[in-house]
Amino acid sequence: MPIIVENLSYTYMARSVNAHAALKNIILTIVDGEFLGLIGHTGSGKSTLIQQLNGLMQPTSGRVIVDGFDMNDKKQRIKGRALIGMVFQYPDYQLFDNTVLEDISFGPRNMKLGDEEVKARAFEAMELVGLDPAVFSDKSPFELSGGEKRRAALAGIIAMRPKYLVLDEPMAGLDPSGRREVMNTIGKLRAELGCAVIMVSHSMEDIAKASDRIVVLNDGEIHAVGTPNEIFSRSDELIKMGLDAPQTARLVGIFRDKGFKIPDGIYTNEQFLHWFREVMRSA
Amino acid sequence: MLNNITLGQYLPGNSVVHRLDPRTKILLMIAYVVAVFLVDRIEVFALIIGFTVLTTLLSGIHLSYLVKALKPMKFLLPLMFIMNLFLVKTGELLVEWWIITIYKDGIKNAFFIVLRLATLVAGTSLLTLTTTPISLTDGLERLFTPLKVIKFPAHELAMMMTIALRFIPTLIEEADKITKAQLARGADFESGNIFRRAKAMLPILIPLFVNSFRRADELAMAMESRCYHGGEGRTRMRVLKLKLNDLYATFVMAALIAAVVVIQKFI
Repeated sequence: MPIIVENLSYTYMARSVNAHAALKNIILTIVDGEFLGLIGHTGSGKSTLIQQLNGLMQPTSGRVIVDGFDMNDKKQRIKGRALIGMVFQYPDYQLFDNTVLEDISFGPRNMKLGDEEVKARAFEAMELVGLDPAVFSDKSPFELSGGEKRRAALAGIIAMRPKYLVLDEPMAGLDPSGRREVMNTIGKLRAELGCAVIMVSHSMEDIAKASDRIVVLNDGEIHAVGTPNEIFSRSDELIKMGLDAPQTARLVGIFRDKGFKIPDGIYTNEQFLHWFREVMRSA
Repeated sequence: MLNNITLGQYLPGNSVVHRLDPRTKILLMIAYVVAVFLVDRIEVFALIIGFTVLTTLLSGIHLSYLVKALKPMKFLLPLMFIMNLFLVKTGELLVEWWIITIYKDGIKNAFFIVLRLATLVAGTSLLTLTTTPISLTDGLERLFTPLKVIKFPAHELAMMMTIALRFIPTLIEEADKITKAQLARGADFESGNIFRRAKAMLPILIPLFVNSFRRADELAMAMESRCYHGGEGRTRMRVLKLKLNDLYATFVMAALIAAVVVIQKFI
């Protein structure tokens, strides 16, 4: 069953002079197992939208339904929230316990699972994110590196076995190898757990590589929804909105303008390389 | 959820009262407290109240803010009134019914105490209503400077206050984000007895503290890299200067105190 966002609007400080509409009439369906990329400039409402998904914020009007649970209802919200794993931008907001193992167990324990089950899940989650339990279990979360912290935070969410994984800028502030680690981890998680992923990112490259569908938010409204190919073929619009297109998409655009015939659906480095090799081979 | 807290109660404005030097305002507030305590006849409070109301009007602040300032005392004031009313047992006996006795001095005392407390709180709130926290700390720093002779760290204290004030909104925002992150992990802050709830706060408090220490470290580095080395020889961008208005304000306050003393002594 999907996540259905029905005519959702949210206004900060409604009823005051500073009222500010962060989301306007959002209509969106997120289906099982898909990878949804969410892009938009700073202040376009991305963070507000994903916090509505798991009921951390309640809409001013409209509603969110997660697998049939109405997130406006206080009791159903708890059940719906259990299906959604939310990883915040900074792992420092989340890590608190003495050891990595304890910290990862925090979520499952809150789900009132038995000790054995909690431990099993924590170990499994650590394996999945590539933190060797033998090495990291007893380490303090505060002595980890940036990438390791991020993966520990991710493991803390995965251990709850969510059906939907919501990631807010999971790669912000990481070095290239850290980015690759996290990105690979996310890919592996999808393959092994089959969960849907909703990812907010400013990196068009990452979004282009991973997404099945992309939602473009602009000033609290959905500007466009589509496959990466559809979205990145409209690079001009993105740039006008203060966003960016993947470098490859822009490069291909320039070549096309110069009269080169490059087929549709090329917007990542890998796709470009693949096409280029084909061309070279046939030539 | 914590965003509703408004810190300090400064109301921006550009009135005569707003423009007074913070040092003058702090000293005049102390003088005002003295004036209030000098009053020992209930009629004389009319002078104090008149002064407070006039100053408020002059500062362009709505009079309702004076009442708002009294809000935290909504239990204390009635309590003081009732205690004095029933427990003072001197003067003429006015009412005697069952175990309740009310004496003339009791009524007088009750009104007296309530008026004294109310004028104290309402009047001094004018200071924070018309002065930004930053200029308040500036003023305090300058006022404490003479104490440096006895090694009193005036500059350091003021800097600490400034930094604390600066980071309160940041901390509130961060606490909000951490709370959400833990809620998303199924944390429960609302059920259980007081000990359980206190323990449930740990997942919020620990990241908050860890981040604060890290931030303090970074701030210290940033300050040092801009050659901050304490208050010695440090000049200011906005130098506090006493103006004629400060002198006039001092005269007005002196007149108030003189009026209170003279009226009570000779009339």
